[in-house]
Amino acid sequence: MNREKSGYTIIYAAVMVIIVALGLAFTHQALNERQTANVNIDKMQQLLRSLNIDATAAEAQQRYGELVKNAYLINSDGTKVEGSEGTTPNDPAFSTTPGDEEARGLPVYEAEIEGSVKYIIPMQGTGLWGPIWGYLAVESNGSTIYGAEFGHQGETPGLGAEIVMLSFREQFIGKEIIKEGAFKSVAVVKPGQSVSNRDYVDGISGGTITSKGVDAMLLNSVGEYERFLMNLNAVN
Amino acid sequence: MKMALSNKTKAVLLGPLNKNNPIIVQVLGICSALAVTSKLEPSLVMAVAVTVVTAFGNVIISLLRKTIPNRIRIIVQLVVVAALVTIVSEVLKAYAYDVNKQLSVFVGLIVTNCILMGRLEAFALGNGPWPSFLDGIGNGLGYGWILVVVGFFRELLGSGTLLGHQVIPQFMYDAGYANNGLMMLAPMALILVAVIIWVHRARNRELQEETN
Repeated sequence: MNREKSGYTIIYAAVMVIIVALGLAFTHQALNERQTANVNIDKMQQLLRSLNIDATAAEAQQRYGELVKNAYLINSDGTKVEGSEGTTPNDPAFSTTPGDEEARGLPVYEAEIEGSVKYIIPMQGTGLWGPIWGYLAVESNGSTIYGAEFGHQGETPGLGAEIVMLSFREQFIGKEIIKEGAFKSVAVVKPGQSVSNRDYVDGISGGTITSKGVDAMLLNSVGEYERFLMNLNAVN
Repeated sequence: MKMALSNKTKAVLLGPLNKNNPIIVQVLGICSALAVTSKLEPSLVMAVAVTVVTAFGNVIISLLRKTIPNRIRIIVQLVVVAALVTIVSEVLKAYAYDVNKQLSVFVGLIVTNCILMGRLEAFALGNGPWPSFLDGIGNGLGYGWILVVVGFFRELLGSGTLLGHQVIPQFMYDAGYANNGLMMLAPMALILVAVIIWVHRARNRELQEETN
């Protein structure tokens, strides 16, 4: 068959597309389970980092199981959503992405470190080039920060991307989210500046917009948990 | 196998490693050479990924070359490359998740790497599968060694580490040495490639262009 004829071209293109589509679908199906497992382990590593624990991929699942005792969804008034408890990747808390408008509630994780309970709050926001997110581990008084973890999709290496570094994250340890009985969250300011009525940390030099993104994330995204945190603060 | 590595096919394999290097002579594939080389590990993975995709892309197109209608030639090449890159990306996500996170969008961008389409057009369409395979391997390795050299210097001087392990000893930091932040930015990779081209041209005078 003459390969320049239209009929041949169309059939050739159609057959090629079908073969490729089948091949890719098969590959994806075969690898999907491993991929999902990797994504879940990565999330567990992030949660552990917010507890100041650096776990390798191999040990992440086990440490997560040891330390994270409970996870559930909460309503905006701070009360638990019925039937949402469970810490596994299939349960509501782990499988809900922060910012998902169709979610039944906001995820909260409870970890127990040396007998005391820490609450892990997922947060999400916008950086310079794309989304940023993080996990804030808070003491049982709903105010003192135990640890913080940040992630980003495409911030500039060496500048905005520095938010994942220990030097940025450890500034948050010990800062108070609630001051003078009100939710203030922690501000991220230009290095050298200060804020009078809130706790603050230094932003990244040269990474102004990403730092502002973290600042907004801490205020707005964590702000969705205001009632929950204030309730904890009132009790403890 | 005696015919497999005749002088001609040896030239096909070894040419891109030196005199016909895709990055420093053909000047293809610069973008990813800048983007992924801030650390050594992603450079290595990218080098392997491009080598695999170029080699197998070359073989597939070479095997199909007598059947491809001329009108959709480029489209067929694109589909083959895109399918291979998607498979590589899926395999990385399943078996090397951490590296995939570092490479992020750049794995997908292998499709746009000029080296691939360039070799398919220039070589695979007109040669048999075995020479095409070697051409793919040769160009992949030629691209790869440049990436490794650039990645080596950028990570060493920009972070003080190699493959994640601290190499610059602490006493140097205490004495006042600081990591070169400029190394972490893309323009530095371009400058490093330029230095490599400089050294390469000095050693291979026939590659220097005539100037009046």
